[in-house]
Amino acid sequence: MRFRQGGSRMGGLHFTRSALHRAYRGSVLGLAGIGLAACSGGVLDPLGPVGADGSKILINAAVIMLAIVIPTILLAFWIAWHFRASNRKAEYLPYWSYSGRIEAVVWSIPTLTVLFIAGEIWVGSHRLDPFRPLDSDLAPLEVQVVSLDWKWLFIYPQQRVASINHLVMPAGRPVHFSITSASVFNVFFVPQLGSMIYAMPGMVSQLHLQADNPAKTWGISAQFSGDGFSDMQFDVTSLASNDFDGWVAAARNGPTLDRTAYDGLLHQSHDVPPMTFGAVDPHLFHAVATQRIPPGPGPKPGAPPHAGREVTPAGKD
Amino acid sequence: MFGKLDWSAIPFSQPLPLITSFVLILIVIGLLILVTVKKWWPYLWHEWITSVDHKRIGVMYCLLGILMLIRGFADAIMMRTQQAVAIESAGYLTPEHYNQIFTAHGTIMILFGAMPLVLGFMNYLVPLQLGVRDVAFPTFNSVGFWLTASGALLVNVSLFIGEFARTGWLPYPPLSETTYTPGVGVDYYLWAVQISGIGTLITGINIVTTILKMRCRGMSYLRMPVFCWTALASCLLIVATFPILTAALAMLTLDRYADWNYFTNTAGGNPMMFVNLVWAWGHPEVYILVLPAFGIFSEIFSTFSGKPLFGYRSMVAATLFICIVSMLVWLHHFFTMGAGPAVNTFFGISSSIIAVGTGVKIYNWIFTMYGGRVRFEVPMLWSLGFIFTFIIGGLTGVLLAVPPADFLTHNSMFLVAHFHNVIVGGVVFALFAGLEYWFPKVFGFGLHPTWGKAAFWCAFVGFWVTFAPLYVLGLLGMTRRLQHINIPEWGPWLYVSLAGVGILILGVISQLTQLVVSIRDRDKLRDVTGDPWDGRSLEWATPSPPPFFNFAVMPNVEGEEAYWGIKLRAVETQQLAPEPKYEAIEMPLHSSVGFFTAFFTSVFGFAMVWHIWWMAILALVLAFAGFVVFAWRDKHEFEVPAEEVARVDRARRMAREAFLARLGEQGAVP
Repeated sequence: MRFRQGGSRMGGLHFTRSALHRAYRGSVLGLAGIGLAACSGGVLDPLGPVGADGSKILINAAVIMLAIVIPTILLAFWIAWHFRASNRKAEYLPYWSYSGRIEAVVWSIPTLTVLFIAGEIWVGSHRLDPFRPLDSDLAPLEVQVVSLDWKWLFIYPQQRVASINHLVMPAGRPVHFSITSASVFNVFFVPQLGSMIYAMPGMVSQLHLQADNPAKTWGISAQFSGDGFSDMQFDVTSLASNDFDGWVAAARNGPTLDRTAYDGLLHQSHDVPPMTFGAVDPHLFHAVATQRIPPGPGPKPGAPPHAGREVTPAGKD
Repeated sequence: MFGKLDWSAIPFSQPLPLITSFVLILIVIGLLILVTVKKWWPYLWHEWITSVDHKRIGVMYCLLGILMLIRGFADAIMMRTQQAVAIESAGYLTPEHYNQIFTAHGTIMILFGAMPLVLGFMNYLVPLQLGVRDVAFPTFNSVGFWLTASGALLVNVSLFIGEFARTGWLPYPPLSETTYTPGVGVDYYLWAVQISGIGTLITGINIVTTILKMRCRGMSYLRMPVFCWTALASCLLIVATFPILTAALAMLTLDRYADWNYFTNTAGGNPMMFVNLVWAWGHPEVYILVLPAFGIFSEIFSTFSGKPLFGYRSMVAATLFICIVSMLVWLHHFFTMGAGPAVNTFFGISSSIIAVGTGVKIYNWIFTMYGGRVRFEVPMLWSLGFIFTFIIGGLTGVLLAVPPADFLTHNSMFLVAHFHNVIVGGVVFALFAGLEYWFPKVFGFGLHPTWGKAAFWCAFVGFWVTFAPLYVLGLLGMTRRLQHINIPEWGPWLYVSLAGVGILILGVISQLTQLVVSIRDRDKLRDVTGDPWDGRSLEWATPSPPPFFNFAVMPNVEGEEAYWGIKLRAVETQQLAPEPKYEAIEMPLHSSVGFFTAFFTSVFGFAMVWHIWWMAILALVLAFAGFVVFAWRDKHEFEVPAEEVARVDRARRMAREAFLARLGEQGAVP
């Protein structure tokens, strides 16, 4: 049921042309090669600007450090080998244990490396702040996300439709996610789109993502949330603008997500297939986030006294 | 009468835990029968269980740690197998079982495997390296050890009676609250960790006091071996941060037992508070483990290069730097909770700054080898393997400290690979190197080098084959703790990882074989000199194994590398220092209070888990009664007569004289 698109868009190709990067172009190409072979469909194969920026920072930081790390490892093994006890040609300096110059170099190499990284951290944290809206001519689409035991609910307040375990978004237009949880912690994560963020009860986190072109991918929860956690995976489809409108129109035929239907969703269930709702109470998300609708009840009460050993059957509940 | 406890607590319907518990119980019964038949009880009771000798307690800590490492490794085998077979299928472990296994794996490996080993090394070595006869509070030390053992016992009891937590090794609320996890698993976790945490705190207080107040004459702070410095930094962190863990777990306990609302979803509870508190302990905990590991490597690099440690003061500075900064980085465990760019920047930079201290250490180890005569003995192999593995682990660690990169890799298999990279490559490699290095000192005979080399190569290769694929899986978007896998493309990487576990199993077998072979050949591997590696710190001045009073006469230290100085002088003058005037020594009496208290504390923990209130109250009163009885003890020490001290030390001097004559012929010392 889970699908994804093989792609070859690589983070490695987004390199700026600074001298530093050129100097390590070899290792970049090496990384890109491994990446191409190994990472299609993952975070290094982004479908939108957030993922592209994030993976670029990931690779830049790795390259900055590899520039120090590789020579250091080679130096360590060369010194160990050259000064092996059996090599009597090597000088023996039994009392040599201090050199101010070497100390100065030794403290400054990691310090300088960390300075570079600190720059990446400073700039990257601000530019890729999940709460920061994306630069775009188009107004963002609003999507409200509720993590439930164990499925994802996506509410489209502007369209007044909703879906379970299937996120549909228009291609080329930013999407503003408001994310909360109706039970325990989860993390909303679509690897190919970029940044993840926690879904937490009683709190609303925000995230801005965009898919550049029509594509199919998947999302997952990145925070363990209980027995049904492994199936907290959802399909992600980005559609051309017309097709998105078509999807919304088709979704309107679905059942209504009222309080009764929502209470059903609050109960624990495993491996829930995607579905859509044709009408949604516009205040539902607010009521969930402020816990006016109480959070999910957890495992079914009333089972025979289980002496601490709760047994839930694997698979469907 | 028995609270929540009844027959349904025994996992009759689940063959795996049932068979495991059955086999374990048989082994324990077999051991008990063996000890009884061989009449070993008096020896065990007087020489080990009630011992307050820091060396005996250190050995028992290590033994506990090794047993728990094996238990945790068994969990790891099951996890990697499950993920490899559960690709688009259910696998052989249900979620409720698999979730217990990864929770137990993390809890056991960190708190009952690595921690006891690290504490054991500190217990054994710190007094010897400082030239003193025991730790500051010997009986308290025994209490600390037995409380840790009590926690480990509770974790393992949960295998057979009830269940263990299914929440991950740090039980984040609201999942760990009674609403979402009503079973006893989290309660087992809480009481086990709480009890062992108090034990750890006791040991921390003990070692800090020992180092600050009990060094021998001439052992100024800047003459202490680096291992003592790292032990001091590590124990300062224990004293500073374990109370945070105790408080956080106490609050969760009140939530679960008394319906309080510190971290609940409702009634104003704030689960993020728990996450902050638990990582305010959890991150320093990593450095509590890894700083002594750095100390072990420092000793090994210097000894096997035949040189003093390069940049000793720099090393001390870097250690204290890491000690302080490690308390300012905890938020990097949850950048993705949306703290905002300013907060994330602060914690991102503070986290990567730790790499400065670590980087300095790595370079200093490299320059320790420069100009040396490097001997590739087994401890040195582990140390070189560590340099490679730990540098890569540090690199991926700094990547995770960059918030936008963490947004892509948080809680993924990339993270899993990273922390195994630093904890296995840093801490576990150090512990194995240290076991190899100090084994002859502790038991009087060395470990078989060929099997040691086999163990190293299997562990090193096995480690990389197991964890390199996990980095790739993380970049492919695979998150941790999945009981089954819905994406078939991940399969090949999971198979490679499983093959790596196979190599690691060979490593464990080599290590156990090494122990058996070494015990069999102990006469051939005997260390008669007390200084098998040409060591440099004071523990090598004692015979192997050291007498229970460590030093017949308190040493007088006249420089860095205390023992190296003594040795050089002896070689130059071709004679030992003149025989001192031996005097009687006062040593602490053995005491059963540690064992007694921990026994009833275990009963208390068990009773609390199952809500058997009368038993809990009774056990708590009895555990406390142990202290009261101990407080009434009038006699605390016994005297070792001067003749006995002289007899032991003369034997040591004879061995040393023979050793010295041999050194003089070979000219081994420059």
